[in-house]
Amino acid sequence: MKVRANFSLVMNLDKCIGCHTCSVTCKNVWTNRKGVEYAWFNNVESKPGIGYPKNWEDQEKWNGGWELEKGKLQLKTGSRRNILKNIFMNPNMPTIDDYYEPFTYDYATLQNSELVEATPTARPRSLVDGTRMEKIEWGPNWEDDLGGKFKHRGQDVNFSAMEKQIYGEFEQTFLMYLPRMCNHCVNPACVAACPSGSLYKREEDGIVLVDQDKCRSWRMCISACPYKKMFYNWESGKAEKCTGCYPRVESGLPTVCSESCVGRIRYNGVMLYDADRIEELASVENDQDLYQAQLDLFLDPNDPEVIKQAKEDGIPESWMEAARNSPIRKLIVDWKVAFPLHPEFRTMPMVWYVPPLSPVQSQIDQGNLPTMADGAIPNIENLRLPMKYLANMFTAGDEKPIVAALKRMIAMRSFYRSKNVEGKTDLAVLEEVGLTEEQVNDMYRYMAIANYEDRFVIPTSHEELRQEDFHSFQGQNGFSFGNDGCSISENASLFPDKRKKTADNLEFVRYHPAAKRSDGEKA
Amino acid sequence: MNLSNLLFGIYPYIALTTFFVGSLIRFDREQYTWKADSSQIFEKEQLQKGSILFHVGVLALFMGHFAGLVTPHSWFLSMGISDMMHQVVAISAGAAFGSLCMMGGVILWKRRMYHPRVRANSRFMDLFILNWILVTLSIGLITIPVSIYHAFNGDTSAMVALADWAQATLSLNADASILENVSFIYKLHLFLGMSVFLLFPFSRLVHVWSMPLGYMFRPYQIVRTKFVKQR
Repeated sequence: MKVRANFSLVMNLDKCIGCHTCSVTCKNVWTNRKGVEYAWFNNVESKPGIGYPKNWEDQEKWNGGWELEKGKLQLKTGSRRNILKNIFMNPNMPTIDDYYEPFTYDYATLQNSELVEATPTARPRSLVDGTRMEKIEWGPNWEDDLGGKFKHRGQDVNFSAMEKQIYGEFEQTFLMYLPRMCNHCVNPACVAACPSGSLYKREEDGIVLVDQDKCRSWRMCISACPYKKMFYNWESGKAEKCTGCYPRVESGLPTVCSESCVGRIRYNGVMLYDADRIEELASVENDQDLYQAQLDLFLDPNDPEVIKQAKEDGIPESWMEAARNSPIRKLIVDWKVAFPLHPEFRTMPMVWYVPPLSPVQSQIDQGNLPTMADGAIPNIENLRLPMKYLANMFTAGDEKPIVAALKRMIAMRSFYRSKNVEGKTDLAVLEEVGLTEEQVNDMYRYMAIANYEDRFVIPTSHEELRQEDFHSFQGQNGFSFGNDGCSISENASLFPDKRKKTADNLEFVRYHPAAKRSDGEKA
Repeated sequence: MNLSNLLFGIYPYIALTTFFVGSLIRFDREQYTWKADSSQIFEKEQLQKGSILFHVGVLALFMGHFAGLVTPHSWFLSMGISDMMHQVVAISAGAAFGSLCMMGGVILWKRRMYHPRVRANSRFMDLFILNWILVTLSIGLITIPVSIYHAFNGDTSAMVALADWAQATLSLNADASILENVSFIYKLHLFLGMSVFLLFPFSRLVHVWSMPLGYMFRPYQIVRTKFVKQR
């Protein structure tokens, strides 16, 4: 057993209202630069739909993620040799039109226009080559709220093994939002595909990052990531990705997408897993067993064995405490209401989703639908969202865990409705889904109320373990692009060291009142 | 000092020094700029045709030139390879890979010049170095008929002289007089080729140094720690 901690997220899709606040805050913080205008580290898709970039989920087309080759894990792009063979031209990489051509508007015409009858308009212009765009054809959420024809949206691969035509009819249609970001996977395909080894997973918190000094623009990560959350900055020629807002997370703050989420749908916390079992569990044969396999990968922070090993593996006590209080763990393991997005990609993603209920309230009010015993909450069979669709998205097609999760969420509502409206405690409804009253109270607290301190349980990083000298970062710049801080290796450089690695202790001693100055005088 | 001495006695060292020291300094100080600078995100079809042909051609040409010019004369003889055989192989391999490289290069040139998105995001050096390589390559291809003419007359002296000059240069004994009887077209190719080394550190060509062969041997996953291990 090798215990590792992973900073993880859960998104409660039941509460997502598709407002895109997460996307916009993320964009403003991370990708409002030349070369990544088209890149959305976080975007929200309307489902069913083909999404951004187009058809990203279709791995027959993009060959992202992993597959089993004679029982062994291999990137779907092919063997290592195959990846190097494609280095002159990557056949699986999307082009800019698969995302969308980034644009701005001729805003100046609004101010410079002569006095005219009609209001002047600001027409779009490409941010790639500066040419006029007559028509904007696609965007990061072009199918917003079921925009466009079903013929197009219906290409969504989550419809596989379904009779999908019926959902194109107005009466049968359904909609859900899917906010997406880097999953900071336990078995990341982007890292595995990087020929120059510039991508890495951080041991301390599991955040996956690009070392941009080492990136050589071989662009294999972009096609290897099955979620298409690796981006190519065409200005710098380097790969970029969601940073998990690590400067915030290290300070114990939630990511900006989570912090700004109006619907309180995002949870940040720590999960423990066994790094020794990644390969074994990521290569279980049946796709539908991958959800359970990832559950098996997680470790229980209350287990004395795990605690002992965690100590040995250098996991700080504050992180163990955070793992014990993790909202992520409650949703994923304790209540089993959260699921990984497309576990069949075999990357073992660490952003999980609570599937949405889909209310049919007006139908119930009109007495058109059967309900639960309370006469107010619908049976799960009557929800608008087809279970198979959700299962294709979250459990490689296995409906049972999804149904069980939704039943628990419905039971929670029913229980609290009885309690608040009728003033009685309906334990029968809980028994049916295997929940105790205590559990459902917790679920209500975390999922319905979702207070800030319950949603975000983030231990700070331990900088004191990183350097013996606490002052060593003084006088350094934190973030930079360009050559600051790079050299052939840690210890070798062509030019004299700029003395930015550590504070010079000798200097400190020299100015200390009791110390002798080097020139022999008393300070 | 005459022009010949300057170009073939001194210039090679300026070019090679710039090539090595320049690469080293750029790698040390400006690693963020060290990249292949792919433009595939803008255009894929022409790149597929052009890039593969160009790269296969140019890498084979480099290795061919290196092996042919730097291997000592006596080694070839001891391996039983006569000068004539050497010349025939050089001509045929050069013609084959030179044409591949040329085909790919022209496609890439057309793409870079006329694809609006690629053109808009090309820096001066991207076009300049591509043009320079294509001119060097054209002159190199023009030397082939000359070499064939030599071969038909049983004359291997130009090839031997070029190899001798290259070896003398690399052993720090550059002597321009070795090339006295070599025709102008070879010398022009030589000058253009040396200049590619001179331009190398200032262009995107530096990505050749980073050919990721190590990828074949490393484990899939990379985990980095920022903590100082205290054990």
